[in-house]
Order: sequence, then C-alpha cells, then structure tokens
Amino acid sequence: MARVFVTLKKGVLDPQGNATKKALHTLGYEGVDEVRVGKYIELTLTAVSLAEAEEKVSKMAEKVLSNPVIENFRYELEERIG
Amino acid sequence: MRFAVVVFPGSNCDQDCYKAVEKIGEPVEYVWHTEKDLSSFDAIILPGGFSYGDYLRSGAIARFSPVMEAVQKAAEEGKLVLGICNGFQILLESGLLPGAMLKNQGLKFLCQTEELEVVNTNTPFTLDFKEGEKIRLPIAHGEGNYTCDPDTLNRLKENGQIVFRYRSNPNGSLLDIAGIVNERGNVLGMMPHPERAVDALLGSEDGIKLFTSMVRAWRDRHGQAF
Repeated sequence: MARVFVTLKKGVLDPQGNATKKALHTLGYEGVDEVRVGKYIELTLTAVSLAEAEEKVSKMAEKVLSNPVIENFRYELEERIG
Repeated sequence: MRFAVVVFPGSNCDQDCYKAVEKIGEPVEYVWHTEKDLSSFDAIILPGGFSYGDYLRSGAIARFSPVMEAVQKAAEEGKLVLGICNGFQILLESGLLPGAMLKNQGLKFLCQTEELEVVNTNTPFTLDFKEGEKIRLPIAHGEGNYTCDPDTLNRLKENGQIVFRYRSNPNGSLLDIAGIVNERGNVLGMMPHPERAVDALLGSEDGIKLFTSMVRAWRDRHGQAF
C-alpha cells in the first residue's frame, strides 16, 4: 500500500488554499496563517520487495501523479504480506 | 494543407475545430487518440474539452495517449501544432510547451468573451493579424491560470514567445498570458477558442485569421506550389 501526497511547490499560488483560508477566517478560526490544498492518492500494488515497490511508486509519482513544474510529492509505503 | 483534429475521449471542441478548417476551405480529418502515424498531415490541432475527464490534472492522462508520440514527432519536424484550451494543457503536460496551469484565481469556471492583444505577429499562427491588434475570442475554462518559473518567463519574453495576452486578465494568468509558442514557433498553445469565433453569427469572427495564417505560413514555406 502506498500513500502519495502531492503538494504545490513553495511560492506557487494556491487559489483553493487561499479561498479555504478566507473561509476559515470568516468562520472565526483565528491564527490560521497559511492553507495549502494538495492531493492525496492511495494505491495498492504488488511487488517482490519493498525496494521494488518504492522504485515503482517514486517513478509513478514523478511521471504521472505530480506535475514537476508546480508540484512536489512524497510517499509512504506500508508492507502487507500475503 | 492537410489538417488533423485529434479526438481524445472527452474532447468536445473537435467538431468546432473541424468546421473552422472546413470554413477556410482546407482538407481536415478527425484522428482518434490511438493513432500512431500523423505523417500524412501538415498541421495538427489538439482541441478543447476534458480529455480523460481531466481526472488527475487537465491534460495529464492525454499526454500518454499513443497519438502524442506522433504529435511530438510532427512538432520536431517543424509541422504546425495548435493546442486550444485542453489542447494547450496537454501541450504543457507533455513538455512541448513550458509551464503549467493552475486553477483560475477566482476558482470559477469562466465562460465569456475576452479581448486579447496579439503581441507577436511573427509566428505562423498570427501572420494575418496586425501587431498589437485587439481581438475578441471566447474563453471557457476552469484551469487557465498560466504559470512558470521566473527563468522560463524571462525566456518567453526575450524570445517573443508570448503571442496573445488578455486585456483584462480573467484567470490570474502570469503576465496576462493567453497563448504562447515554443522557441521554434511551430507549436502554439492558447486558452481562448479561435475556432468558436469564425463567423459573425458566433459573436466574433476574429479567430478565422489564426487558421488563415497557418495556411499562409505553410504555403509560403512550400513555395505556393499548391
């Protein structure tokens, strides 16, 4: 099981994040300085080893799941045997 | 001059593009996204719409369509490639043009007519416009907020790659950019829809000059032999 987190790079304008921040302020939640909205992608895959899974996930995240011009990604892997 | 209009699952401006080319009297064919050979065409149009539902990001899945390798090849050969709206997004995702699209600054899907300035008439797509000409074209997009890093933006400016700019920026796009070309000038991506402005009945016919420019550029290059 892989959990991929795609976030906008620092400095890239985030219209969704800004709108969400405004809404939070309007609702009276104080002290919210910055809101950034990203994507969370959960996927399960079969691999012979954790290393192979890691290689696959990092390639998928780099080539397809994120756009390197504006986004960064990170992922977490959880091994499930059997 | 033979035009191809690529149809992806989810394209919805393919017929408009087809009819725009028909209107200027050139042969045009639809090409399904699984096609791998575009060698018989002189110009390729990637139409607007929602390729593959835009589910991951606009244009992100379409760029891996089999036809995109042929589009890449056509671009390398110097053929004219025009990406409109979702087509522009596909060109960005595939790296044929630099930069990326963010959601519109106001987060709304915009469907309205915009006034544009033709910034560079020295491209095969804009020969028939006058430098600085103001034209009216419709836009219809939720993600047309063009962005790129400062180095890329400098290169775009220095090379005259910014072709169309909004007169009053509707989506937050960097430097009011509405359309850019690649360095070589044969690949154009633009968010406004010239194919929806080819008849006075549609509210504007300013878009027709883009298609006639393409034909003129191609004829100039081929010595009027046709």
